[in-house]
Amino acid sequence: MASIGSTMETYGGDGSGPARHARAERGDGSRRAREARRVGGLAWFSLALGLAQVVAPRRVARLIGVRADERRRKAMRAIGTREIASGVGMLLRPRPAGWAWMRVAGDLMDLALLGRALTSARKIDRARVAAATAAVAGVTLVDALTARRLSSRRASGGIEVKRSITVNCTPDVAYRVWHDLENLPRFMAHLESVRVQGERSRWRARAPAGTTVEWEAVLVDDRLNELVSWRSIEGSRVSTAGAVRFAPASGGRGTEVHVDMWYRSPAGALGAAIAKLFGEEPGQQVAGDLRRFKQFVETGEVLHSDASIHRGPHAARPPERFEQETGR
Amino acid sequence: MKATCWMGKRDVRVENVPDPKILNAQDAIVRVTSTAICGSDLHLFNGFVPTMERGDVLGHEFMGEVVEVGPAVQNLQVGDRVVVPFPIACGRCASCQAGLFSVCENSNPNWWMAEKLWGHSPAGIFGYSHLLGGFAGGQAEYARVPFADVGPIKIPPELSDDQVLFLSDILPTGYMAAELCDIEPGDVVAVWGAGPVGQFAIASARLLGAERVVAIDRFEYRLRMASERAGATDTINYEEVDERDALGEITAGRGPDACIDAVGLESHAHGPLFAYDRAKQAAMLESDRPIALRQAIQACRNGGTVSVIGVYGGFVDKFPMGAVMNRSLTIKTGQCHVQRYMRPLLGRIQRGEIDPSFVITHHLPLDEAARGYRMFVDKEDGCEKVVLRAA
Repeated sequence: MASIGSTMETYGGDGSGPARHARAERGDGSRRAREARRVGGLAWFSLALGLAQVVAPRRVARLIGVRADERRRKAMRAIGTREIASGVGMLLRPRPAGWAWMRVAGDLMDLALLGRALTSARKIDRARVAAATAAVAGVTLVDALTARRLSSRRASGGIEVKRSITVNCTPDVAYRVWHDLENLPRFMAHLESVRVQGERSRWRARAPAGTTVEWEAVLVDDRLNELVSWRSIEGSRVSTAGAVRFAPASGGRGTEVHVDMWYRSPAGALGAAIAKLFGEEPGQQVAGDLRRFKQFVETGEVLHSDASIHRGPHAARPPERFEQETGR
Repeated sequence: MKATCWMGKRDVRVENVPDPKILNAQDAIVRVTSTAICGSDLHLFNGFVPTMERGDVLGHEFMGEVVEVGPAVQNLQVGDRVVVPFPIACGRCASCQAGLFSVCENSNPNWWMAEKLWGHSPAGIFGYSHLLGGFAGGQAEYARVPFADVGPIKIPPELSDDQVLFLSDILPTGYMAAELCDIEPGDVVAVWGAGPVGQFAIASARLLGAERVVAIDRFEYRLRMASERAGATDTINYEEVDERDALGEITAGRGPDACIDAVGLESHAHGPLFAYDRAKQAAMLESDRPIALRQAIQACRNGGTVSVIGVYGGFVDKFPMGAVMNRSLTIKTGQCHVQRYMRPLLGRIQRGEIDPSFVITHHLPLDEAARGYRMFVDKEDGCEKVVLRAA
């Protein structure tokens, strides 16, 4: 979406700020898919290698050219267990970066062990050990690159989320509801309130432990029935930008609503709290907001069930007290 | 109030729970007069539907009197006597406006659970797992009904509860099963399962002009009901004869023009295939046993239609896709879009074209819901359909 790019350009200014991150982060789907494939590949590699080491330590030892005495077999099994753990960790997520770094640490340990084997005076198959060392060095490089890429995406701040939904209305209706920013808390779960004061708006969001965070935002772009975009003003405690675009869906299927949101959490405890706000899966949060937006526009209300009014799992039976229990 | 609660696998109890409240402006509260146990409730009872929580209020077939309406309700008033359809539907989304009420886009607050399992989310359903919304059900003294302007249909006083209660689910469900078959004059329709939905599928297939309708089941009392009350022209007890041989005989080798699976995920069969599926299901290697569905596909004539109205939840094994593809079969399916059928079927009941009360074999007070579940699941005392009186 062109508009949010320009929103962020405006915001970043010197090219070192959020704008640059925004460009780097921009929903490059195919890159992310490639990354996911690489993480998956490494994970399965870990699992396979680990399993071989645990089940057949003697053979693996022979393969890499070291003698398989009792001590070495034990070490091999321990290394295999580590491999399996990092493989499972990378597959399960949600923090593959940590597991990827664990792989790098493991690789370095393996290199050290192989190095010691190479330089030791014992009888070993030097050619095989050298080949194994080269292979591990190669794997280390891939691991390190993957780990760096995975963690840079998180550490550079900047969480960008793109989501869209189709609403059974004309673009002008969807635009009108969104354009009145004070409506946003009705369907954006984390927002407590938005107060519009002229050009500016004051946003208040719920943060963990009953606290709130506030920031001020300005409208960046506003095209009738087409687009609204906003960003927090410089010096805000939260750096955020967002854009929503409305387009008629093909063949009278309603209006496509495309949202592009970007946040950067400040450092420190507040940052951690905000990161938590958007959860491990910020996409899920925005997807939920859009679902509620659709409901609000189409039906005029956001439907609750006997279970959904509670935070966390709850039996589907009427609540004792509604307002008190839910705070809504 | 008293409500029938799911307390775990094969454990249902009537408990005291808080009275329902208006949670949304378009809600109504209904004082339940009659409510029924559905065959699909047995899938919950037997623990085959995921995302149930201990204490969930069950029941999606119910009717009663409106006792409270939310501030945004316009079509209903306190005192109206209504039947409530089991899918919760907003009436305004693109799906509802296309008549696909059971895939309403706005009525499942737990849409994300359903998306994980099924790709997209269907409508919410009363008392039918958290995957389908986490709504308290209607096997209770009172029930909260969301989107009250859209679902509930008003019932004239001259009709009894027993005559109209099944408009909530099984009559429209059986009717839709037959409608999906696009029945033409001369057609032979075979119906797997002579439970309540199967009975109504049989009756509807006759109403829609099928020449012959074959009921397939293993319980003689159900087959008797099918031929004596629903209008089946032929019956097959698959524990006594091979259903494919029998169907071949009835259709002189062509196979039925349409086959209806009114069994779903807990089907039974004779022999090793049943043991195979039951074992896989127990080991969680497949969630649903599609035995009736496989038979329906194999039996159907070339170019025919297989209508799947029995409930499936997850994944099936050994699905005969080769038969479907190479023999140009059409599979049609879906949770019933009840709202679409309520008015026309109420008309048929009023004109005396069908009296759905023939499936009822037992009336019990709400307090004895647990006994009702047990009788229904164990097929005790010729049990076909249990209606609970809540008031």
